[in-house]
Amino acid sequence: MEFAVTVIGHDRVGIVADVAEALARLGANLTDSTMTRLRGHFTMTLICTVDASVGDLEAALRPLTDVTVTVREVGPDEPISDAGEPYVLSVHGADRLGIVAAVTRAVADARGNITDLSTRLTGTLYLLIAEIDLSSGTAQALAQRLADLEKSLGVEISLRQAETDVL
Amino acid sequence: MTVLPVVRAPDPVLSRAGATVDPHDPAVIQLAEDMVSTMRAAPGCVGLAAPQVGVPAQLFVVDVTGHPKASTVHGLLVLANAGIVEASRWKQGREGCLSIPDLTGDVKRAGRIVVVGEIPGGGKITVSTDAFEARALQHEIDHCNGLLFVDRVSGAHAIYQRKVYL
Ligand SMILES: [Zn+2]
Repeated sequence: MEFAVTVIGHDRVGIVADVAEALARLGANLTDSTMTRLRGHFTMTLICTVDASVGDLEAALRPLTDVTVTVREVGPDEPISDAGEPYVLSVHGADRLGIVAAVTRAVADARGNITDLSTRLTGTLYLLIAEIDLSSGTAQALAQRLADLEKSLGVEISLRQAETDVL
Repeated sequence: MTVLPVVRAPDPVLSRAGATVDPHDPAVIQLAEDMVSTMRAAPGCVGLAAPQVGVPAQLFVVDVTGHPKASTVHGLLVLANAGIVEASRWKQGREGCLSIPDLTGDVKRAGRIVVVGEIPGGGKITVSTDAFEARALQHEIDHCNGLLFVDRVSGAHAIYQRKVYL
């Protein structure tokens, strides 16, 4: 069975090892995972496969009292077709409400699929970087929509083709 | 010589294309001198462009002397109205910016470039360089055109929090 697990809490040395060990003891095979710190908070999201129940996984992670854990079973997912061309989108400007909502809605309206995204607030600078798959021929229209957003949001936006060189 | 205040993103002056300047204008020569002082005053700073001191102009200073990633080193370079005429050997590398002091990012830059420009108070110059000096020149020429390294980072996870200013 495949499970999605999230672990969020106070960052400390050894937290990843504690999570990984608890899962290993249960015989869970950790497949895709990502871990980062968001404004100092430890955040980890992972997919694991194991012959166990949601309750077994929750019990295995219960000794980790300084984090919040969620576990849910996920079915094998039909991946969205990767037929698009990869682009990178950068947005930066003064922090204000609704930048992410407005920009990602423009991407969605262009049928662009966001495959990765991160945002940072540093001082008064707000920065968003997104990786997007776009169907061929749609980049022009999206760039136009983003140019309008630059003015209305007072931010700088650049959309460029991602480097996909295989070295 | 004056150390000028450095503006930080999101100041809009950093996103405006700089105007070309007259390299023989005494005000331009003075600004270039002050920019050198400002660069020297910032520890580890290897380059500074006019928009970073609030002036949207095609003028920058670079000095990568002693930098471990540098190969060809011209010492102090002060260039007005500079442009890249040749670029090759593209390579990913980490860079930061005095105007975005808390972040660094991975940016693909040419590892070998030829730049033409004008020396304030002097004539035209052609600079052929490589490695870190080439990266620094491209970063500063971008500034003169209203672009920051965050406009060129390679992906969503190519931005890093800087712990100490290098
Ligand atoms: Zn810079």
